[in-house]
Amino acid sequence: MVGRAEPLRQRLASGIAVLALLAALVAAAFVALFTAAAQIEPRLLWEDVHLRRVVAFSFWQASLSTLLSVGLALPVARALSRRHEFPGREWLLKLLGLPLVVPTIVAVFGIVAVYGQSGLLNRVAGALGLPVGQYLYGLTGILIAHVFFNLPLAVRLLLPAWQSIPGETWRLAAQLGMESGHIVKHIEWPLLRQVVPQVSGLVFMLCFTSFAVVLTLGGGPAATTIEVAIYQALRYEFDLGQAGLLALLQLLFCALIVALIQLVGRTPHVEPLTGVRQLRPDLGGRGARAADYALVALAALSTLLPIIAVVMAGLTGPVLSVLGEWQTWRSLLLSLGIALCSASLAVAAAAAILVASRELRVNRYRDRSAEAMELGGSLILVVPPLVLGTGLFILLRPVVDVLAWAPVVVIGVNALMGMPYVIRLLGPPMTRITQRHDRLCASLGLGGWARFRIIEWPLLRAPIGLSLALCAALSTGDLGVIALFGSQQTTTLPLLLYQRLAAYRMDEAAVTALVLLLLCLALFVVIERSVAGRARA
Amino acid sequence: MDFHFDLTVASGDCTAVIGPSGAGKSTLLALIAGFELADAGRIRIGGLDVTHWPAAKRPVTTVFQEHNLFAHLDVAANVGLGIHPGLELDDEQRRMVERALDKVGLGGMAKRVPSTLSGGERQRVALARVLVRRRPVLLLDEPFAALGPALRREMLALVAELRHAGNLTTLLVSHHPNDALLAAENTAFVSDGRILAYGETRALLARTDCPELTAYLGGAQT
Repeated sequence: MVGRAEPLRQRLASGIAVLALLAALVAAAFVALFTAAAQIEPRLLWEDVHLRRVVAFSFWQASLSTLLSVGLALPVARALSRRHEFPGREWLLKLLGLPLVVPTIVAVFGIVAVYGQSGLLNRVAGALGLPVGQYLYGLTGILIAHVFFNLPLAVRLLLPAWQSIPGETWRLAAQLGMESGHIVKHIEWPLLRQVVPQVSGLVFMLCFTSFAVVLTLGGGPAATTIEVAIYQALRYEFDLGQAGLLALLQLLFCALIVALIQLVGRTPHVEPLTGVRQLRPDLGGRGARAADYALVALAALSTLLPIIAVVMAGLTGPVLSVLGEWQTWRSLLLSLGIALCSASLAVAAAAAILVASRELRVNRYRDRSAEAMELGGSLILVVPPLVLGTGLFILLRPVVDVLAWAPVVVIGVNALMGMPYVIRLLGPPMTRITQRHDRLCASLGLGGWARFRIIEWPLLRAPIGLSLALCAALSTGDLGVIALFGSQQTTTLPLLLYQRLAAYRMDEAAVTALVLLLLCLALFVVIERSVAGRARA
Repeated sequence: MDFHFDLTVASGDCTAVIGPSGAGKSTLLALIAGFELADAGRIRIGGLDVTHWPAAKRPVTTVFQEHNLFAHLDVAANVGLGIHPGLELDDEQRRMVERALDKVGLGGMAKRVPSTLSGGERQRVALARVLVRRRPVLLLDEPFAALGPALRREMLALVAELRHAGNLTTLLVSHHPNDALLAAENTAFVSDGRILAYGETRALLARTDCPELTAYLGGAQT
């Protein structure tokens, strides 16, 4: 064992270095925020009616969004889990994964096209003689958009809970004569009680820190969140003190929310079982079946409609003139470059952390340290991108031309945003490899590049491909930090779309939205296919 | 895979069901319990044709290898589910649960939760539920496969005690010919979806005229 100590230390070094860099970055941003905020008397803050309203609205919209998303996701997930025979079930699940990849700003465009004043719904209502209304901007629009993104997410997170119920349990329920109510009470509720708080916490956090949705669909001071207020303070009022203070406030709330989620309990380990699917005894008759089908169809439709609307609007827009503009291509290339760089960076940094954490977990039995390292890599979940961006903005402004540095900052922050996903995708298979093959590799003298080529790459290329693809798509569609740092010279495709939307150049926006959507999907598919290879495990 | 089962067992008997993995042992039990429905043929229990009865109505209790208990319910509640699936029990029924727990050797453990029990104790809880359900047929689907030899013998002895006291007609799926010798008067050998041999346990295990059986036993009994 003594002889192995050296290489083991090497395995820890790179992960610790990455974490140290992250910590330094966040600490520097924090100091910058604090210095800027120190100019403002904190007492004034609490007397600021506008600020109090912004804080209250942030919590209010996030609570409602969570309630709606998770509340609707529960029956949809239950219906999906009950009906294995659902036609095109695989495709449905893929469809529910789509909102994760579709850029927020594109989805917002689609939602306006469906639910907006001259949108699909109003046109149908008008044709039927129903009252036509303008209700989208403000709280309603924010809720619709948040449900669009988070309902499918919640369904996908809740589904494994049902799939983890063993077949024996359903047989037992049948033999004991359990009815639907008993099944809910004895089988489903005990499981959901463990999962729902975690899922709700995650959705709440996502809605609380949501930026692009509130920026585009929130209307005026009545429907503004802290995130958007930070942006306005920085870009419109150029009030660094106010921006710094708001960012610190947001950081504080996020830390509190995350602490609360941790308090509720750790994520329970629900492994979906493979093997023979058992039908549950309470499938009900035709009515129950029709209700389940209708629920799932409705969820699918509300996910699909905005995306279809984007495609339709884009195809009927001034395609040639938008594609003829240099501005479009320059933004596209910038977005592409940022996406590829940030995706590679995210996977490399996360892998460095995972090499260290699995070493701690498997070979040194230090589960807690390993978990702490992985949590450290998911830092961005506590420090929202916009908060970090604001800190970096204040930090860099006296030193360099911040607007010229936009691509670098965006690459870094986007990489940080991707890392939690990479850690979740790559972590379990990497740990499994260490558990299964470390000793065999050691006994065969297999190490370094040879080990990576023979053991790691074939087993990991599928999750690596998925990680890269997901990070690239997320980065391509991100409208966050770029809104703070963007300028005429550094406009990404999402920012260009936002500018065109804000200027009410809807025809051009429609084509831009379609281009952005296609870029995202193409990047996702091409990267996943080419890296993961055909033999996907 | 096709299954064609033809088997008659006498009331109150214990029949061991042995055979290779995937031969259809569990399917046979699932058909009797009503978890799976037969495409053709009849299933009769005590003169009643139960072929189309729902699982809950059949005079049958099944004990699985695992997942017999609900993890969030205590021992008494897990047994009580056998009386009423909504756990609405009166005092007499609660006393019945206590007596059943005493009989399987779990007196005083009524308030424990499954995660604090050993594998053997969990199966005892499942057997206590068999007692309160009072159904004449007991189907044991490899319930002791995960237990060590000594514990398995102990559990088989408990099963023998319970079934004699309640006159339960028992089918015991097992991988071990020894279990059959210990607990079952008769044994059925299942292979490839069919019952290839049936008879008095000791005689069946000694047969040499059935090549599949000889291959399965592989000289384990010599």
